Amino acid sequence: MVPEYETVIGLEVHVELKTNSKIFCNSTTAFGGEPNTHVCPVCLGLPGVLPVINKKALEYTIRTALALNCEIAGFSKFDRKNYYYPDMPKNYQISQYDLPIAPKGHLNIELDGNIRRIGITRVHLEEDTGKLVHPGTITTSPYSLVDYNRAGVPLMEIVSEPDLRSPEEAKAYLEKLKAIILYIGVSDCKMEEGSLRCDANVSVRVQGKEEYGTKTEIKNMNSFKSLQRALAYEVERQIEVLGNKGRIIQETRAWDESKGITLSMRSKEEAHDYRYFPEPDLVPLVIDRKWVEEIRASLPELPDERKTRYQRDYGLSAYDAARLSAEFEMADFFEACVKSYPQPKIVSNWINGDLSRLLNLHNINIVACPLTPQQLGALLKLIEKGTISGKIAKTVFEEMFNKGKDPEQIIQEKGLVQISDEDALVKIVDEIITQNQKVVADYRAGKDRALAFLVGQVMKATRGKANPELVNRLLKEKMQ
Amino acid sequence: MDIMTEKEAQKQVITTSQVEHVALLARLELKEAKKDIYVNQLNDILAYMQMLNELDTENVTPTAHVLPLCNVFRQDEVGQHIPVEKVLANAPEKEEQFFKVPRIV
Amino acid sequence: MELYYYPAYQLHQRLVKKEIKAEEICRSVFNRVSQVEDKIKAFITLTYEQALAQAKKVDEKIARHEKISPLAGIPVAIKDNICTEGLKTTCASRILENFIPPYNATVINLLNQVDAIIIGKTNLDEFAMGSSTENSAFFTTANPWDLERVPGGSSGGSAAAVAAGETILALGSDTGGSIRQPAAFCGVLGLKPTYGLVSRFGLVAFASSLDQIGPFARNATDLAWLLNVISGHDPLDSTSRPEAPPDYTDFLVNNVRGLRVGVPREYMIEGIDVQVKQVINQALAKLTALGAVVEEVSLLHSKYALPTYYLIAPAEASSNLARYDGVRYGFRADNAVDMIDMFKKTRSQGFGEEVKRRIMLGTYALSAGYYDAYYLKALKVRTLIKQDFEKAFSTFDVLVSPVTPTPAFKIGEKTGDPLQMYMSDICTLAINLAGIPGLSIPAGFVNGLPVGMQLLGKPFSEGTLLQVAYTFEQNTGFHLKKPALKVVSGQEAGQASSLVPEDQ
Repeated sequence: MVPEYETVIGLEVHVELKTNSKIFCNSTTAFGGEPNTHVCPVCLGLPGVLPVINKKALEYTIRTALALNCEIAGFSKFDRKNYYYPDMPKNYQISQYDLPIAPKGHLNIELDGNIRRIGITRVHLEEDTGKLVHPGTITTSPYSLVDYNRAGVPLMEIVSEPDLRSPEEAKAYLEKLKAIILYIGVSDCKMEEGSLRCDANVSVRVQGKEEYGTKTEIKNMNSFKSLQRALAYEVERQIEVLGNKGRIIQETRAWDESKGITLSMRSKEEAHDYRYFPEPDLVPLVIDRKWVEEIRASLPELPDERKTRYQRDYGLSAYDAARLSAEFEMADFFEACVKSYPQPKIVSNWINGDLSRLLNLHNINIVACPLTPQQLGALLKLIEKGTISGKIAKTVFEEMFNKGKDPEQIIQEKGLVQISDEDALVKIVDEIITQNQKVVADYRAGKDRALAFLVGQVMKATRGKANPELVNRLLKEKMQ
Repeated sequence: MDIMTEKEAQKQVITTSQVEHVALLARLELKEAKKDIYVNQLNDILAYMQMLNELDTENVTPTAHVLPLCNVFRQDEVGQHIPVEKVLANAPEKEEQFFKVPRIV
Repeated sequence: MELYYYPAYQLHQRLVKKEIKAEEICRSVFNRVSQVEDKIKAFITLTYEQALAQAKKVDEKIARHEKISPLAGIPVAIKDNICTEGLKTTCASRILENFIPPYNATVINLLNQVDAIIIGKTNLDEFAMGSSTENSAFFTTANPWDLERVPGGSSGGSAAAVAAGETILALGSDTGGSIRQPAAFCGVLGLKPTYGLVSRFGLVAFASSLDQIGPFARNATDLAWLLNVISGHDPLDSTSRPEAPPDYTDFLVNNVRGLRVGVPREYMIEGIDVQVKQVINQALAKLTALGAVVEEVSLLHSKYALPTYYLIAPAEASSNLARYDGVRYGFRADNAVDMIDMFKKTRSQGFGEEVKRRIMLGTYALSAGYYDAYYLKALKVRTLIKQDFEKAFSTFDVLVSPVTPTPAFKIGEKTGDPLQMYMSDICTLAINLAGIPGLSIPAGFVNGLPVGMQLLGKPFSEGTLLQVAYTFEQNTGFHLKKPALKVVSGQEAGQASSLVPEDQ
């Protein structure tokens, strides 16, 4: 019998913090400078230099840790992680080993309506490395080039517990983590620029077993899509190896996006022995409780809290509330719109419906949305007042989105104001009744659908501008 | 395995293969001819270090820093960078604005 | 007396009175260098032209009646592991043979601010690892008192230059005795300040938790003057003490009455030369005669300082020296097939034997499975050693001991046996482990060779140590004796060519 396997995944996420200067020196963290122009003696690791901690980097780490429900250590310190690689100016990385800034937290993910709590082992702070450029690929290149601009950018490492049970959950976790980090504003989380990076520890075990299987570490996943693909591939691979009575080797594997496979990165050289020891050039952190509470007080409302509030106060469905709160810019747009038109459900329908559709169609982020929440609010007011019909509103909305104009202006320019003048409509209604005697007879015989046809005819004759409610009433009155 | 007298075995704190491993970790080449000298010298030194085991340090807090300092920070301000010519001035090999290194693998 | 042997404080007075010019001081020192340097070999780099140009600027200031700082126009030699912008900083290593730092160490900026004249970079044991300068990749410095003997180390070049009149003042660095031991061997004063008093920014790290930069001088006043300039908080060094230091010249008082002096029993027995012990006992008798109360004290864990030090220092060094890999600066080996090969070849060819030995030792002490047994154990014993001193200083104002078990040994005498070489630092290592200040002062002679007395105090009590040093020298005069060096020209006829020290 083929056993059922359970997938076990833990993620190690690295996030570059959005400070102005680097973690241990005053070089800029700006992305994309000319090679080796954003450096100073300290981040170049010149002989004799010493690090000094950027307070903002620590603040951002604490801020993140609080948003992830972590404990904040009373006492923390930095350690040296020793290994040789040419992108590291000192051949050691200043990191944290046994006393991270923040242990033990969690975040909730939601998948198919089920909420699961994913444990966070730790959040710690370290320095980023420089970048290697390989003419060709790393294996074929006759030499490599080194740029140290990124060396020393503050990097936060967030390690999850092995609580994730599928590639989909892993993706949901990373999305949620990204959303939270964007909400609290400590990083721009751009995977394509490397300010959000993710490695995964993957193993499988026979369903029901308690002990973990041998894990592999997967690197080089550069998008949410590749994360999910790589993990799915790796889980399949491990199950296949075990199914063939093979053994999983504990190793690091790189995801090859073009081939769609993971490949062993094993080298013939030694197993890593990082020889961690306390960084003698930095003194310990004794984190002030008062400061922590100040940071906590400055946290914005987080995605889960917003979602709950939308459900509770606005009566939105869990699905709509989740969609609106996933990105804080979208949630802010929604709330600004509700402010100018206080009918949250209608606003939610428009944002999750037409607006989202147009944003997706044009591949635009809500931040770059051509229309303002106030403009959308104004449109919704016009519908309520009966100035335009719901149907005409859709046309107006598209025009607003494309041109960025106010709804009133579009309505005026295109002469789309609804005809609510009873006298004007009575004439048209009479004409339609006269022209469609058979349908009128059907209606009188009890066929309700006949009314809809007649309303349609009136709308057609007015090019959609007739107030549909009024048309309905007039038709019914005339045909009685 | 080599047969060692008890005394030799005691003195043998670090083996040749360990010395080779440590040399690799430290990115040092060990010349075959000098290996034994290294092993012997390190063994002498490490044997001497065993003296520390006379002390019971079970309840002693380690001292990593002698000064009772903590929370030394800098503000998040950007300062001067060094001009790229100076950055690369000491480089053994460079190409354009990069440091150049031999193939990684 | 030639200007090069003048105390800095007298040169300053004469500059202010316009009796001499800074340029003359500078020329006198360089003239002396040209006479004796081929024998002493104290310098790796000399900065004749820049130094003279700087001296002239000081003279211009004086001519314009501007107020000058106490060290303005005073020549200072810098140990070649302290970074100097635009000036080669080699650490006496092949791996940094051509390294030109693009920045100054904080102490260099401080010296520049007061118009002190940097005259050159002095020899040392490679990366400050050694006790004799024999580990310099370039050459061994000779002891001015006996050219066949070592000047001590690792700051041997600085100590020898001060002793031989090749400079007025010098800076060194001390990780386990590297200022005090060469000061003792060369008959000058050398201070290892309390950890955190002097910025380490720009000092090429050997063992970060132990390293301190400190001054060399030929008298306590000069030492206080130099310490005044280099001490104080530096925001670039996280381990720098935030409090401002006192004016050390306030402590130059001829009085030790009632001073409680402890003599650690453990520093006066094992392995200490009988004659060295005699010199120290005579010095103690002198202090007693001057009104100090001298008593014996015990530092129980003294014998563990050596193994503790030789675990902690190499462990930190193994990490600090990882950056020398041939990528960004320094030496790179040719013909490497790949990255790892380049790293290994570069480091094996670029580092000397002692440096490699310590890197190996330190790497081993930190490696998986051995960390607790070696490194962590050493950090714990470090606590015990520190507590010994804290206890002693609850009773005593200062502790006094020999600096070294013997006077300067012969060149080549200990190079074959690393452990024997390490033993020569037996009296100085614990001080770095405890982080306290240690001052080596000339206390007498054995067979024509200087003997140093080590004064130890509680953290940041450099003032007290200077007061003891000042009082002692005012009442003895050992510091005034100069080595009798044969010189090239006949100008130095007054300095007879004998190994017997003479009063000047």
